[in-house]
Amino acid sequence: MKKLHVSTTVNGDPAEFVCTPDESLLDALRNRLGLTGAKEGCGTGDCGACSVTVNGRLVCSCLVLAAEAEGAEIATIEGMAEQDRLHPLQRAFIDHAALQCGVCTPGILVAAKSLLAKNPEPTDEEVRYWLAGNLCRCTGYDKIIRAVQSAAAEMRGA
Amino acid sequence: MRYLAAQSVAEATGALAAEAGVTRILSGGTDVLVQLKAGMVEPDLIVDVKKLPGMREIRAEAGGFRVGAAVAGAELGEHAAFCAAWPGVAEGFQLIGSTQVQGRATMAGNLCNASPAADSVPALVAGGVVARIAGPGGERDLPVADIPAGPGKTNLKKGEFITSFFFPARAMGASDAYLRFIPRTEMDIAVSSAAVNLTIGADGKVSAAEVALGAVAPTVVRVPAAAKAIIGTKLDDAALAAMAKACEAACNPIDDKRGTIAFRTHTAGVLACRAARIAHERAGGKA
Repeated sequence: MKKLHVSTTVNGDPAEFVCTPDESLLDALRNRLGLTGAKEGCGTGDCGACSVTVNGRLVCSCLVLAAEAEGAEIATIEGMAEQDRLHPLQRAFIDHAALQCGVCTPGILVAAKSLLAKNPEPTDEEVRYWLAGNLCRCTGYDKIIRAVQSAAAEMRGA
Repeated sequence: MRYLAAQSVAEATGALAAEAGVTRILSGGTDVLVQLKAGMVEPDLIVDVKKLPGMREIRAEAGGFRVGAAVAGAELGEHAAFCAAWPGVAEGFQLIGSTQVQGRATMAGNLCNASPAADSVPALVAGGVVARIAGPGGERDLPVADIPAGPGKTNLKKGEFITSFFFPARAMGASDAYLRFIPRTEMDIAVSSAAVNLTIGADGKVSAAEVALGAVAPTVVRVPAAAKAIIGTKLDDAALAAMAKACEAACNPIDDKRGTIAFRTHTAGVLACRAARIAHERAGGKA
């Protein structure tokens, strides 16, 4: 397969990589750019562990071709903290013990950030529906919902 | 496999027509990428149509709307005027998948993936929506109802793809609704489904209606007899009972792990009645 050269923007910085035409954005992020925060859970868009935003829109990076990133703006979990300063959602997840094994956590954080950008004061039900595409097999979700609400409250106050 | 991000419709249709092997259109990719990964399809050429002019636009046309074929569910859901005019179409489309899937999934993809259970299709059929199709021979318009040919099959010819959907102008007192049955609240495939599009006349009676059912036949089916059962009525119990009967008669479902023939047939009628009541209320009707 003829390889493609892709110029894109990842977390605000220009990035370039070479990929095969059938390669997913998830594989390019992990294997070409070394950004291993997004995880492959199912590879079929069901689990949300590979969540990133493309041009501001929350997507599963396993359901995006790497070639589609040409000229796009990608945001991943690696861009969430500012240097050593964690994002309020990241701190809330630690404070509320909203993670155990951590495989789903990057995707949930990216998805939750995207929710709060659109709706700074969601109900618990809205959080649950928004995160319905992010599967967690450890926590039972309650702590995740509480952590998102705690971060949302902090961000509204800030 | 080659990947082409087409810049013009002519480039896309030309490349699709010239490719002797297997081709796939990439729009939202939420079905195609899963099929690629599973090895269900090994395309020689994938044409990404998202960058074609107008593919991601929603614009007013002839009193109605023209919606680009690559408009994602999340984008359509943010268009307040469209959602007010076509709430049944909007709710059907937005039932598909998660927030992440909604960020990419398109109605054209859902239609051309041609699942009998496609959630966005019944309301498009009931709405009399017309797809605009680009192909090597130029453009043509085809009602959405005429596009599915069977599970996984469409009536599009080689090199053709959908570029937009036209939603006709809404009469006063017109609205629609879509309901599906799934054994949970979210993220599942319809066991059966129903869309109803209706208009209430000045006399308070239903003056026009269209009913379409999903997941109860090899394609989404229009049920003119069900529509006829409620036209000229105020959706009284007798009219709804006749409508449910007409829906049941139109069902030709399969038995599978999600539902039996009897269950699908019964629920299709029940859902059609409930959807009719919702559309009626949205259209300003009084029971």
